[in-house]
Amino acid sequence: MSEWLENHLPKVVLAPSFIAVLIFVYGFIGWTAWVSLTRSKLLPKYEIKGFIQYERLFDSPRWDTAINNLYIFGALFIVIAMVLGLLLAILLDQKIRVEGAIRTIYLYPMALSMIVTGTAWKWILNPGLGIESMVQGWGFTNFKFDWLVNPDYAIYTIVMAAIWQSSGFVMALFLAGLRSVDGEIIKAAQVDGIPTWRIYTAIIIPSMAPIFLSAFIVLAHLAIKSFDLVIALTGGGPGYATDLPATYMYAMAFSRGDIGQAASSAMIMMLVVFAIVVPYLYSELRAKND
Amino acid sequence: MKRFVFATASTLAVVAGTSVLAEPQAEVLHWWTSGGEAKSVAVLQEEFASNGGTWTDMPVAGGGGDAAMTALRARVLAGNAPTAVQLKGPAIQEWYEEGVLADISSVAEAEGWADVLPASIAGHMMCEGTWCAAPVNVHRVDWIWANADVLAANGIEMPTTWDEFNAAATKLMDAGVIPLAHGGQSWQDATVFEAVVLGIGGPEFYQKALVDLDPEALTSDTMVQVFDQMRMMRGYVDENFSGRDWNLATAMVMNGEAAFQIMGDWAKGEFLAAGKKPGEDFLCASTPGDGYLYNVDSFAMFNVDGDDKKAGQDLLAKLIVAPNFQKVFNLNKGSIPARTDVALDDFDICANLSAEDMGSTSAAGSLLPSYAHGMALRGSQSGAITDVVTAHFNSEMSSADAVQQLADAVANSY
Amino acid sequence: MTDLSMPHTETRTQSATGKIALRWLLYVLLGLFALYYLMPLFVMLTTSLKSLEEIRTGSLISLPREVSFDAWKTAWSGACTGIQCEGLRPYFWNSVLIAVPAVAISTLLGALNGYVVAQWRFKGANIIFSLMLFGCFIPFQVVLLPMARLLGMMGIAGTIPGLIFVHVIYGLGFTTLFFRNYYVTIPAELTKAARVDGAGFLRIFWSIFLPLSLPIIVVTVIWQFTQIWNDFLFGVSFSQAGTQPVTVALNNIVNSTTGVKEYNVDMAAAIIAGLPTLLVYVVAGKYFIRGLTAGSVKG
Repeated sequence: MSEWLENHLPKVVLAPSFIAVLIFVYGFIGWTAWVSLTRSKLLPKYEIKGFIQYERLFDSPRWDTAINNLYIFGALFIVIAMVLGLLLAILLDQKIRVEGAIRTIYLYPMALSMIVTGTAWKWILNPGLGIESMVQGWGFTNFKFDWLVNPDYAIYTIVMAAIWQSSGFVMALFLAGLRSVDGEIIKAAQVDGIPTWRIYTAIIIPSMAPIFLSAFIVLAHLAIKSFDLVIALTGGGPGYATDLPATYMYAMAFSRGDIGQAASSAMIMMLVVFAIVVPYLYSELRAKND
Repeated sequence: MKRFVFATASTLAVVAGTSVLAEPQAEVLHWWTSGGEAKSVAVLQEEFASNGGTWTDMPVAGGGGDAAMTALRARVLAGNAPTAVQLKGPAIQEWYEEGVLADISSVAEAEGWADVLPASIAGHMMCEGTWCAAPVNVHRVDWIWANADVLAANGIEMPTTWDEFNAAATKLMDAGVIPLAHGGQSWQDATVFEAVVLGIGGPEFYQKALVDLDPEALTSDTMVQVFDQMRMMRGYVDENFSGRDWNLATAMVMNGEAAFQIMGDWAKGEFLAAGKKPGEDFLCASTPGDGYLYNVDSFAMFNVDGDDKKAGQDLLAKLIVAPNFQKVFNLNKGSIPARTDVALDDFDICANLSAEDMGSTSAAGSLLPSYAHGMALRGSQSGAITDVVTAHFNSEMSSADAVQQLADAVANSY
Repeated sequence: MTDLSMPHTETRTQSATGKIALRWLLYVLLGLFALYYLMPLFVMLTTSLKSLEEIRTGSLISLPREVSFDAWKTAWSGACTGIQCEGLRPYFWNSVLIAVPAVAISTLLGALNGYVVAQWRFKGANIIFSLMLFGCFIPFQVVLLPMARLLGMMGIAGTIPGLIFVHVIYGLGFTTLFFRNYYVTIPAELTKAARVDGAGFLRIFWSIFLPLSLPIIVVTVIWQFTQIWNDFLFGVSFSQAGTQPVTVALNNIVNSTTGVKEYNVDMAAAIIAGLPTLLVYVVAGKYFIRGLTAGSVKG
């Protein structure tokens, strides 16, 4: 008996977590899929009515805006946060005297939720209160920075705040990566007289491929879940110009009492997640089998 | 973890088992958290306590009640509904249809609510012939507020038609004053929109378009005119209006930066808090046109177990509609009592005007529910309309396109 | 260590002055970025120290003319979050009661899971791991309603144990990922040798793996603590009167839609609510980078 236990202990230890995930992640996804096929309004109903909710979803101009915003926001956010994170990590890796302090400054936004920082950002970006009026106050009266109130550009202010919040974390990932590159190889390259920028582009950065992957996954997950950010900064406005799928779904489920519609939008979100995460999982597993 | 869960569950069971004394208990979910509102609710809590009840406060602010509604859904699904919930408009009937609301007819009949509430407001409190909610107040939504000095300096009277309003706005713009203080949040856009619908189309058109959702009314020429006027309104606001909170817009009227604001009578509280006097420093009038758009706050009671909680619901319902609370609460909040037999001597001229108009419009059949504040339509329909209104207001969309989109959005919202 | 400021680069093209200029440029760049990151905190901090009158009349970005800590006091113990005007204090304690056990439990479970997945590979372990990892990505709005139902069935709806339970469940994916990636870098021979010596599954975990895990424990604790402390959605949905966390109270103070807005109190409340996480980042930030360096980021 005790031998059986000893042999199966790893599985026994893993089992509760696994069962929990099966129920609370996959069970709930299944539940959502079911509800997305019903006409649930205020509370969930379980009578299947076909794909009507998906038809409504694809007929909705607001959903179009939300999904387009996700592409714009997601792409810009992920790319800029990665580039900025890498740049900051490289800058910080040059034997900076006050590295600890600067690193903390870059990293702290991750510690604060957007409920906390949203109001400050709203002020800073507001043309009448923040940067625009400040710069105009310095005498540059033609200076304009009204993205927050411009329906065509408001989504970029969301990108700015999101980058502010997450790029420090990406920097930390890359900095950790830079610190774990084998110093001998770099010394050898320097002895050979290879210029610094070449050392970075040819040796160091390629060796950090797994970190790019980790950073991408963390950022992609933040992009898809972005919610507090939009609510705190623009509330989805002007109009619904800065709506994202997560805010669309929340509005449908909780302020409009249209749970079926919310479930169908959630399923589309899950599909997007699936398309991003499955390749990652595949590469993770393959790496492991090596 | 599991043992933890069981331990808690059994503790709860023990607690539930011991509470057999029917001392009134109420856990109240509401979103009145700002200073003035909180004080108003505290009045109710004190009365509740002095009648032997225990009040447990469950405040959830944000998004005009969105966050509170999220919490409410989770609580109802968990079988752990709060005793009383701030709910209003057709949402009351929607929750009733889910079979989760308690019947408070015995209190309502004993207290004679039917005799003291205007018929259209009483209608919102009834579910299939039984009383299911208790009204707290009546906010008028179709108000236009103005800075008295700015109007006098520019020789402008309070407008009584939209043409007069447009003329005044042009004059103000020439004088370098922002005609309309406005915050670009979708509910504020909707608030202006419904005032324009009522003013240009009249009460009958409002009823058809925004209450009955008659497709003909929604696509009519009158609706095109309404959107034309909305496009004009867009020109009267300053360029930084987007995302502005309504109270900051009120402040612009207060300090003379802007002349007018179209907003419900909660705006009055801002003026009064700043020490401004109605009729002297600021003016209040109904927006151009006939009719009266109301927004009634109310509490609905949810099905709960336990005599103490049921006793709490009855006591709470009784106190909410009783004259004393109706008076004190509404003096604090800027609205008027829902019951018509409360003396208004202590109320200001705006509140008296509101009460007078409520009486006359109720008789004329033009006392109408506000769509922008969730009184006229269910969430998915009013939301669909607001989407179009706010998209039109914040873009270059033509009125004809807006009307078409409005009809499509409403059709797609069922 | 990457060490690119080695002296012999200057033997090539760069002169000594050029190098100093570069160095200056570097510091200026770092300083400019620091300004970008600090700006919102600066606005919050200065606003919280101003009087309401000064906020109404002055510029947002100016320093306070008169420093006053009244707003902080109000935010902590006097601001109205409903009919009670006790400030953030009672809610702060709720958050501690939720966050501390939830972080501890999810970290411990993550360590055990990671240990199994990385070192005791059995058939299907890969699939189990990837299924758990996918759980990291589920949008939380999706789970609110079914979760509410299940919490009700378990009898822990609206309670602090209920909130702990939810946070542990949705933290498992990330904690397992962190520990798995860390433990994968530890040679399997170590486990094998220990088994030959007669040590069992738990024994090996307890005396070999756990003592090696400090860096990754720091990373996991920081991550989990940030997520749980800052959570609003679960906090607002699965609490009831008396169990609401600090983010819900903060929202009640900041997001009320009527009445005079006391921006200084809002900002002070926002900073107070964020202090624990800020503190964790400032104090443990160094170990955070170290922990990441120690292997957690290697795929």
